[in-house]
Amino acid sequence: MSKKILIVDDEPNIVISLEFLMKKEGFAVAVATDGEEALAKVASFEPDLVLLDVMMPKKSGFEVCEILRADPARTGMQIVMLTAKGRETEVAKGLAIGADAYVTKPFSTKDLVARVKSMLGLG
Amino acid sequence: MKAKHRFIIAVLVLGLLMTGPFVVTSLLVWLDMKDAERQMLTELLLSRLPVGTMMTLFGFVIGVLVLHKLFKQYVEGLLRMAETLRLMLGANRNFRVSIEGPPEVQQLAQAANDLAQQRDALMDDVDAQIATAKASVEEEKNRLAALMSELAQAVVVCNLDGRILLYNNRARLQFKALAQGPTSVSGGALIGLGRSIFSILEKNQVEHAREVIVQRLAAGKMAFSNFITTTRGGQLLRVQMVPVMASSGEGAERKMSGYVLTVENITRSIEEEEKRDQALHTLTQGSRSAIGNIRAAVANLLDYPDMEPELRERFLHVIDDEVAKRSQSIEQTMSQFSDSLKTRWPLEDILGVDIIAAAERRINDKLGLATKTEEVDHGLWIKADSFSLVFALVCLASKLQDHYEPRELRFRLSANGKLAYLDLIWAGPAMSSETFYTWEMESMQVGAETTPLTLRDVIDRHGGEIWYEREKAAHRAFFRFVLPVAIPEAEQVVEERHVTGRPEYYDFDLFRFEDKSIDLDRKLSELTYTVFDTETTGLEPSKGDEIIQIGAARIVNGRLLRQETFDQIVDPEIPLKPESIPIHGITEDMVRGQPNIDVVLPAFHEFCEDTVLIAHNAAFDMRFLQLKEDRTGIRFTQPVLDTLLLSAVAHPNQESHKLDVILERLGITIGSRHNALEDALATGEVFLKLVKLLEEKGIVTVRQAIEASEKTYFARVKY
Repeated sequence: MSKKILIVDDEPNIVISLEFLMKKEGFAVAVATDGEEALAKVASFEPDLVLLDVMMPKKSGFEVCEILRADPARTGMQIVMLTAKGRETEVAKGLAIGADAYVTKPFSTKDLVARVKSMLGLG
Repeated sequence: MKAKHRFIIAVLVLGLLMTGPFVVTSLLVWLDMKDAERQMLTELLLSRLPVGTMMTLFGFVIGVLVLHKLFKQYVEGLLRMAETLRLMLGANRNFRVSIEGPPEVQQLAQAANDLAQQRDALMDDVDAQIATAKASVEEEKNRLAALMSELAQAVVVCNLDGRILLYNNRARLQFKALAQGPTSVSGGALIGLGRSIFSILEKNQVEHAREVIVQRLAAGKMAFSNFITTTRGGQLLRVQMVPVMASSGEGAERKMSGYVLTVENITRSIEEEEKRDQALHTLTQGSRSAIGNIRAAVANLLDYPDMEPELRERFLHVIDDEVAKRSQSIEQTMSQFSDSLKTRWPLEDILGVDIIAAAERRINDKLGLATKTEEVDHGLWIKADSFSLVFALVCLASKLQDHYEPRELRFRLSANGKLAYLDLIWAGPAMSSETFYTWEMESMQVGAETTPLTLRDVIDRHGGEIWYEREKAAHRAFFRFVLPVAIPEAEQVVEERHVTGRPEYYDFDLFRFEDKSIDLDRKLSELTYTVFDTETTGLEPSKGDEIIQIGAARIVNGRLLRQETFDQIVDPEIPLKPESIPIHGITEDMVRGQPNIDVVLPAFHEFCEDTVLIAHNAAFDMRFLQLKEDRTGIRFTQPVLDTLLLSAVAHPNQESHKLDVILERLGITIGSRHNALEDALATGEVFLKLVKLLEEKGIVTVRQAIEASEKTYFARVKY
């Protein structure tokens, strides 16, 4: 069974690329475009890894990450924060609240795929 | 023993000396004689007794006369001299002993006079030295005050109670600009000698800064403290505090006696910094996600060349869309933040003509080249680093002189929107653009003076441009410097510097200034006063006449502060009486659009806080103020002194106590009358003179002055 990835981002222009890329790599993909939808999709889709944008309407990526990490049932779920906020303070915060990786935009798609695969133990 | 008694004793002694030896001899002879001899002698003597007695008496009288003469000359003469000397010692320094009497006494008198002469010379010398020392201290004070008033920073000096002892013009303007609400009418009334700094700056912050300094002093560290505070109007001020140390004797621990505050309004620079941050943010963070989107799309297109055309189309669309948005956003950022993104070289606001004048002077001196100015916009301020700009102009002039030997150079200055055109014009052959390009890029040099800067650097530093242009018809050419125009906020400074007399922004005696709350038993000379005058539509407040102008000034420490004034025209909201206009000179046009009494009275009340009010014929002005109490809720409860009544107290036998008459009587000359502020200032001068005259009459305290005023005839006039 293929691993499941949830892409959470409010910008369609990046979602289209990520969705295409992850599908090509053979993952099952679901998409959420805001923080609340993300939480709902996590519950219904039960992804193995979440690509989580920080700047989103309703709930920020930081909030979503904190909520997910507060749930002990989901400790195995990997969270990769994707963000346009490149300040060191924000990277530190992302990792501190439980993200497994923090990737700043713009990023190399190859690197991202490699990263995702290794995190899911496929690399 | 009194001199008289001694004289009587001397006379008795004389009598004894004249008769004694004869009587004693006679007695001894008498005892030695036989009876017959005694008989013979008695007969002999008795017959000649009258002659002997006469002779003795005569001798005695001569003796007494001689004694008296001597007594007069030596004893009484010396006594008189002693009195004169006492007089010279005390009351009248210039008095001298009159040279009279016997030679010995005359010599003594001469010697005493010589001593007095010497003493006077010494005292004059000491006085002169004291006067010089005082004058030099005064001069230094004035120099300090003048220096302070020229500073571009706002500086306020306070004593430990937070009372203002000194402030400069910049501080006045800054706080004037900050004044919000009713105080803005009073023209920066908040700042003033003897006023509390806490009415301007947050007390807790000032006190905290003071504690920090005390601690740093105790720890032997550099004593200063900074804080940022917000004003009532929401402006941001950066304040630096350094201590003023009391100059005590050597060795003793020096104590802080006050502090100096430098105040900078950083609202604008903070705002600009924020804007710059925001611009930077939109350019970086904003780009991140866009480029991320493009990069991912491009990567997909490259990595999966065999994708379906429909998907390919979508990825291309993503790229197109993001690039378009990005271009737009860069465009926006540039136009929105262009001001804040400019070079951060600190430029000052300077009058264009000043730059030209400086350049002309240097060109004349250094190059011996004549200069002229053509059309020059005299009111044009530019943002410039004047040193490098003048250097660039002189450098260009020097190059022109070397290459084209023009007979003279001309300057021209004009404004074009937000830009200033500063032209350096000369008559001569055309120059190639390559030449000018080299000039632009060479390090500048004028004679022996060099700088690593190029002309281009200077231009960039100003965010400006420069080009070469020919005026073919006139057979001449010019270099045009394009520079940013400045909107000077400090224009007022220039205007107010022409105020006559020395600035009164300081009073170092206020270091000893203690609680000045109004105590009726304080000396008249010690209190803080507000002298004021009103102009009104007419003379009958109870019949609807209204105030149209209030002018006031403060008296602090016996000094009339001509620069801490309140001067406000008031809209009476009723028509002016035509017959009154020539008196006060205020026309309908002048009152319309001015604040009404509801706005002005609270501001004036604040200006008067904690002071005794003074007015000429105060009952009249107070009546107007009192009639507004119900409407404005403002009550003037402080004591009031009336110079009309005080003048009547000082000169009870004079017929008139009109302001003009008093001014003449006391020898005070003023400019124009019947302007509220001028009249208030005149009243202030009168009051200061009256304080001295009243002191001579034993009227020293405010209470005494008020009581004496009430007893005068004029106090019975009612409005």
